[in-house]
Amino acid sequence: MDQKTILNESHRAMGARMVPFGGWDMPVNYGSQIEEHHAVRQDAGMFDVSHMLVIDIKGSDSTHFLRHLIANDVARLKESGKALYSCMLNEQGGVIDDLIVYYLDDTWFRMVVNAGTADKDLGWIIGQSSGFDIEVAPRRDLAMIAVQGPNAVAKTLPLLNDEIRDSAGTLKPFHATWDSSWFIGRTGYTGEDGFEIILPENDATDFWQQLADAGVRPCGLGSRDTLRLEAGMNLYGSDMDEETSPLEAGLKWTIALEPAERDFVGRQALEAKLAEGNLKTFVGLVLEGRGILRDHLPLFDGDKQIGEITSGGFSPTLERSIAYARVDADAPEQFEVEIRGKRLPVRKTKISFVRNGKACVDL
Amino acid sequence: MSNVPADLKYTNSHEWIRNEGDGIVTIGITDHAQELLGDLVFVELPEVGASAETGSEIAVVESVKAASDVYSPLDGEVIEVNEALVDAPEQVNDSAYEDGWLLKLKLADAGALDALMNAEAYTAHAESEDH
Repeated sequence: MDQKTILNESHRAMGARMVPFGGWDMPVNYGSQIEEHHAVRQDAGMFDVSHMLVIDIKGSDSTHFLRHLIANDVARLKESGKALYSCMLNEQGGVIDDLIVYYLDDTWFRMVVNAGTADKDLGWIIGQSSGFDIEVAPRRDLAMIAVQGPNAVAKTLPLLNDEIRDSAGTLKPFHATWDSSWFIGRTGYTGEDGFEIILPENDATDFWQQLADAGVRPCGLGSRDTLRLEAGMNLYGSDMDEETSPLEAGLKWTIALEPAERDFVGRQALEAKLAEGNLKTFVGLVLEGRGILRDHLPLFDGDKQIGEITSGGFSPTLERSIAYARVDADAPEQFEVEIRGKRLPVRKTKISFVRNGKACVDL
Repeated sequence: MSNVPADLKYTNSHEWIRNEGDGIVTIGITDHAQELLGDLVFVELPEVGASAETGSEIAVVESVKAASDVYSPLDGEVIEVNEALVDAPEQVNDSAYEDGWLLKLKLADAGALDALMNAEAYTAHAESEDH
């Protein structure tokens, strides 16, 4: 039986088509995935992301522990409320999960991890924590709502209580603010401005309805996927997993190899891979003609298979099919994808296709 | 339950078939099928003149979510395809039984049509799949 978020009944009342996702019963759309996608690019949309797990790391060794646990370096976080994107690696340099971690103070960090990996992550984190003076607190008592789009901030602010409204209104991107029960980050997974709001479950249903009444469109996991694909954001399980190094998933920028003395889990394996070289590269693709690029389709340069698509789909903003792919480092600018036995031309692009409502690749 | 017109025939794999007379049928996917697929963004149609065998792939409809094969409900020859869907695949979502038709077949055996499911049987089938 799939787990249900506190907003499950709200989704059904708003006409959601529900699907199983990562062990949860979640809305895939509320009628039209494409219209939901456009709402986020052009106005404001909201996503129930309560299936994701908030984990609080508290205690005097919090910084020390996270510098061991994850591949990016929390010592870079100097300002209270600042967020960092990171991979959590295994000893082989494969990705256990990708996550966001917020620095609240030297004894409190808040992590948000993926739903489908939450139990595995928690087990790993607790397993790594022995010898550190920390407490690992999974927060299943909290709901999470992402409000995204150019009008998301303006539509959300009037609904917040006075105290947090002022600090939320002046938040810089990738920073968070909080009071005794709510936590608001100016973060997201769509390439648009907006908030990710972590709040007590008891407040979630009313707040969701207030957002809807303010003209924020409910959006399902379908549009969440096309938005993140356009925005150049990786999806765990498709673009990287425990068998894939972040070096071959476009995530080298998240690996803090400096300072050299910081010995995080997976560091030795990554250094060995870098020394060995011959790594695949992670690229964006645009399909030149009609058709849809899908996960795992093979890519060819002449007779030689040079890689495969890791996540692909239709871009509603570009009205073209786009994808991410892992290919040989010497792949040419143009090559071919095989779809149902037919070869079709694709072209390499940068990974980011659309940001803040605007196309950032040439078609 | 979604719209299931009484004057059409249906398959287990969610195609509908309209008898146009003279051994000619029009084929599409049901309203229920388009609802399950979500917004269609690409339709691959066969060549006119292609031969169709019962149960074989005859077209592909792709939604934002997934690609789905369309199976020929009967033996015959493709005599017309809905070219409008190349530029406007969303017509299948908006009008599954009219503007969203996929192709027309000249049947090898016009009598074979009678063996297909009627609306009542299809409704029961679709509901049983949902539960």
